[in-house]
Amino acid sequence: MAEILVLADHTDGEVKKVTLELLTLARSVGEPAAVVVGAGADKAIPVLAEHGAEKVYVADSAELDEYLVAPKVAVLAQVVATSAPAAVLIASSAEGKEIAGRLAIRLDSGVITDAVGLAADLSATQSIFGGGVIVTAKVNSGVPVITVRPNSSPVEAVAGAGERVDVTVDLADSDKAAKVTGSVEQARDARPDLAEAAIVVSGGRGVGSADNFAIIEALADTLGAAVGASRAATDAGWYPHQFQVGQTGKTVSPQLYIANGISGAIQHRAGMQTSKTIVVVNKDAEAPIFELADYGIVGDLFTVVPQLTEEIKKRKG
Amino acid sequence: MKIVVCVKQVPDTWAEKKLNPADSTLDRASVDAVVNELDEYAIEEALQLAEANGGEVVVLSMGPDRATESIRKALSMGAARGVHVLDDALHGSCAMGTSKALAKAIEAEAPDLVVFGSESTDARMSVVPAMVAERLGYPQLTFANKVEIDGGTVKIQRITEAGYDEVEAAGPAVVSVVEKINEPRYPNFKGIMAAKKKPIDTKALADLGLAADEVGTAGASTAVVEFADAPPRAAGQIVTDDGNGGVKIAEFLSTQKFI
Repeated sequence: MAEILVLADHTDGEVKKVTLELLTLARSVGEPAAVVVGAGADKAIPVLAEHGAEKVYVADSAELDEYLVAPKVAVLAQVVATSAPAAVLIASSAEGKEIAGRLAIRLDSGVITDAVGLAADLSATQSIFGGGVIVTAKVNSGVPVITVRPNSSPVEAVAGAGERVDVTVDLADSDKAAKVTGSVEQARDARPDLAEAAIVVSGGRGVGSADNFAIIEALADTLGAAVGASRAATDAGWYPHQFQVGQTGKTVSPQLYIANGISGAIQHRAGMQTSKTIVVVNKDAEAPIFELADYGIVGDLFTVVPQLTEEIKKRKG
Repeated sequence: MKIVVCVKQVPDTWAEKKLNPADSTLDRASVDAVVNELDEYAIEEALQLAEANGGEVVVLSMGPDRATESIRKALSMGAARGVHVLDDALHGSCAMGTSKALAKAIEAEAPDLVVFGSESTDARMSVVPAMVAERLGYPQLTFANKVEIDGGTVKIQRITEAGYDEVEAAGPAVVSVVEKINEPRYPNFKGIMAAKKKPIDTKALADLGLAADEVGTAGASTAVVEFADAPPRAAGQIVTDDGNGGVKIAEFLSTQKFI
């Protein structure tokens, strides 16, 4: 069976859930092999092997972490050249997509981004225009490079051999052009990553103020959810911009999306329409967001949401 | 310094978009066209950098005839002149083709800096700035929410999941900027009048040294096999709050095994 390369998305060996989803997806179309770039391989390999990686290509020279994007492209290009995989799968993050685009140029192949499914013939399913249209697309030359959105596949634990294959890469000068000189972690709450979260609780214009977002956060925390916001809320400065869900913000596809005080303009729907289950709380019965709702309450979020939070706490004991 | 800012004309962000049944490309005729919203931040950033460091801003756009409207808008904001990459053979270009044509047009300008918006609101791939950097061998300084020029060095803050990274490179470099990096100016009457007289240089594929089969549908490295409207979501249950709405949602979440 042909090898399918999966670029591990990790921080110091801490592998993100999306990588395990990609390994599961890779196993449905070929033999999964992971590529780990940067420090932390010893920690990452067992986890990757437990999720089906037959081989783990490791490039861990210190200089790989010192430059932006290009070193990862160089490592992948080299592994592709030696192992001749059937496809390369990368997580659809901002950086993942950039790596994919540059890699496609080096391989003279083609790139598909934001896939939500993959068929045996390596055609990819995409959900475009905010989930309104489903497209099947295929790379028609060279080794396909495909980025896959988080939450597009379940995670299955199936043991793979996890054989470590060390890779040495000589970076070209152009790969060392953009130097990372510092990294600043901003105060981060303990909530899950918005793009990867299984549950997202969002607030919009109806929330009314920055202080009131505490109501949204309280609900999110009882569910172990990430917090999102509509553009109206981030534009008003009530919630930080990086939590914006929508056409010019993040696209999320969680198991459960709870929209509170969000009217559902196309701008917002484009970022959350593919969520599996959608619950809506809005006092305006005519709000277009109700068209997406699996369950909706027409009511005041300031009474409904705290009541929901209390009820969940009660049920969870 | 010379700054090239790349601008894409897209369907209005708030419009419902469709694909053409004939060739699976975006139906651009049926919707209003606007400057890609994120590119407005790119234009503003380029203008501010040129104002602070001296130099001119050249606006570059690839697209059909009406893309000149978007070039004029950038000119009315203050860019000095425009370059319009216009050729029927470009229709249906994938990211490989688009980055190829843009890279050629940028190379011909030999700029000190190239500025993009971080994403177009129609295709939403977010890959073209990185791909142009790859093709030109320029350093990639993308997803910036702050850009500084320090002599020949370009420094940015790159937005990450955790916060931001500080990244720097010697120019010429490709920068892409995120939403909210600045407050894009509105063109004033004087700017709009002046824009009418500013030159727009039209470049066909031949002018860029590219053949028709290297780009467009003919040269596309990806193909749409099929497409269809997403199946409509099954109608949900909508209930008016009777004072017990929160409890009812909890019951629903419980039947769905979320709690």
